[in-house]
Amino acid sequence: MGKLKIEDLDKIAESARKKISLREGAGKVKITVHMGTCGIAAGARNIMATFLNEIEMHNAKDIIVVTSGCAGLCSKEPMATIEYENQAPVKYIELNEEKAKKIFDEHVLHGKIVPEYALSIGSERIQ
Amino acid sequence: MKNYRLQLMVCAGTACVSNHSLEIKEALEKEIQNHHIENEAQVVQTGCNGFCGAGPILVVQPDGIFYQLLKVTDVKLIVEEHLIKGRPVKKLLYTPPEEKTPIPKLSDIPFFAEQTLIALRNRGLIDPESIDDYIARGGYKALAKVLTSMTPDEVLNEIKISGLRGRGGGGFPTGVKWETCKKAHGDEKYVICNADEGDPGAFMDRSIIEGDPHSVIEGMIIGAYAIENVKQGYIYVRMEYPLAIKRFQIAINQAREYGLLGKNIFDKGFDFDIEIRRGAGAFVCGESTALMASIEGKPGEPRAKYIHTVEKGLWDKPTCLNNVETWANVPQIILRGGKWFASIGTGDVSEDPWGGSKGTKVFSLAGKVNNTGLVEVPMGITLRDIIFRIGGGIRDGKKFKAVQTGGPSGGFIPESLIDLPVDYEELTKVGSMMGSGGMVVTDEENCIVDMAKYFLAFTQAESCGKCIPCREGTKRMLDILEKITAGHGTEEDLILLEELSNAVVESSLCALGGSAPNPVLTSLKYFRDEYEAHVKGKTCPAHICRQLNVYKIDEKVCLEIGHGCDVCKKYCPDGAIIGERKKVHYIDPAKCGKCGACYDVCNFNAIYIE
Repeated sequence: MGKLKIEDLDKIAESARKKISLREGAGKVKITVHMGTCGIAAGARNIMATFLNEIEMHNAKDIIVVTSGCAGLCSKEPMATIEYENQAPVKYIELNEEKAKKIFDEHVLHGKIVPEYALSIGSERIQ
Repeated sequence: MKNYRLQLMVCAGTACVSNHSLEIKEALEKEIQNHHIENEAQVVQTGCNGFCGAGPILVVQPDGIFYQLLKVTDVKLIVEEHLIKGRPVKKLLYTPPEEKTPIPKLSDIPFFAEQTLIALRNRGLIDPESIDDYIARGGYKALAKVLTSMTPDEVLNEIKISGLRGRGGGGFPTGVKWETCKKAHGDEKYVICNADEGDPGAFMDRSIIEGDPHSVIEGMIIGAYAIENVKQGYIYVRMEYPLAIKRFQIAINQAREYGLLGKNIFDKGFDFDIEIRRGAGAFVCGESTALMASIEGKPGEPRAKYIHTVEKGLWDKPTCLNNVETWANVPQIILRGGKWFASIGTGDVSEDPWGGSKGTKVFSLAGKVNNTGLVEVPMGITLRDIIFRIGGGIRDGKKFKAVQTGGPSGGFIPESLIDLPVDYEELTKVGSMMGSGGMVVTDEENCIVDMAKYFLAFTQAESCGKCIPCREGTKRMLDILEKITAGHGTEEDLILLEELSNAVVESSLCALGGSAPNPVLTSLKYFRDEYEAHVKGKTCPAHICRQLNVYKIDEKVCLEIGHGCDVCKKYCPDGAIIGERKKVHYIDPAKCGKCGACYDVCNFNAIYIE
């Protein structure tokens, strides 16, 4: 895309929203792996690879995997946020390969939250 | 407090906000005013309700009536039917699922609930390497607003109204800085983003860049427009932050591709571009004049600031330098208005720009707290709230000793001052400073003399050596601290230390030397008893200064539990341990070099410090 005009901002916002919004049919589940330096140092790359492997192994469709920055709670990294269609986002903490696999099997594939690894449900308040 | 008949709780969780809940809030307020029921109904912003799939959500209290999937066009109906006639609008109602979720709501967890996000509003939500993600969350809208409907003076005025002050440490009012730079003579000016974050235990700027680089870039473009005659901006970031550099570069490339940097931005005849300059990681390069020297390719050394950088900065041209977090706040101030920003925080900045601390501040909470991490809180919150509510208190139930704010240039704040509200003036009053926002929490197991020595050793090593007070003064101060922690300190040393500290503060060329003694001065002020224990009693109450410790072996534990394992003897470099396998071991105090090796290796905790 070339140089933007001001009107384009809304168009991009709209189409990007569609791309990331599960409600608008972009996918069924969104996995966000938090990959700031803190997350990467704690092993987030491995978690990312695990999710990608699982998707391939299960030949799963409609799953979006994205990276993002630090979620704030550096002491509980690696963290990932799972958003299942029509459900609130769930933050998982202190992940490892094994936990990531279980979360994938239960939450990502079947929408069942794994309470023992989860920190919380919902999102932060914007001022 | 006013009593309202109805409270309308609009969800301001990130999911609802991205589905326009803030617009719904505004529409509600307007509609309520139209019907003159503002004394009966109050609109309140709440944290996430955990039903993001059904957002935007509105809960009408006291009845707890839950509306879902709202649109701005629904607002009129809700106000007329529900608020005025008392008939809930059935088609918009939502019934939360009966079963309770097994995990807590994020907005109920104090770590997140107590935070107010402005600079970190996109944290963990967007892909930092996608400009479209940023635009989807309202990014570059502030730039569009500025270029279409505001003059540079109006932009400057908005920043002045907001009361925003420099987030890098000094707390200089941003509006005043921009204005001075704007008024300075010259048709070639620069803006700089200072991303040379170097305080031990500080990682705010890095996280902002890694998580949301476009917010900084947008802020810089707006600043360049407001100051005028600025065609070029620089981001000075240290090589130790490879991920931050990478994400900045990607963001700059994307912005250029979209024409948001470069010539004729948005076809409004405004040109501006940004380049990254990488620093080699010298702490002093975070100082504005040293930073500019480094960009020019000269050694990173500060100069005396008889003439400020806003008049003669980079290449002797007027230059406006702000910190990462300062720039990241700018787009939100433009979008939401300076008044909105000034409604958060302490004091009053309408007359005196130094009259208060407005908005929020990002802190990196580190040290002995349960929740280490990145927190953004409104100015004026108490240290107690940050450490004990957000931080979750001290690890392992230990006792709080002091909090070090402002990095190595800040000071220790003791427990007696923990209810201090966090703002620029209050922190300076007690001998510390806001600094860039590092917050290192210490507990009873930290020795305050050792901590002061650690921070001073850092600033000493980072002193550029240009001026004598900093180069020599900090060195001598460090010598004294080393002497004290080695058990050779005298009472005269404490007096000399204090004198030297004051001399270094008074006579150093730049703020590095000018603030380096702060940890020493504050620890001397609030924890003199600990210094005296080292000097007079020759003991370290926290057992950290090993040269002051007396190591002993508990004979019973050594023999009965450890069965005289002999490990300590192997590790002792001084041959001070007497004994043989399966028999009790002793330490010969005459030979003991007090290295503590035996204490560290004993598997049975048989060795203790007297």
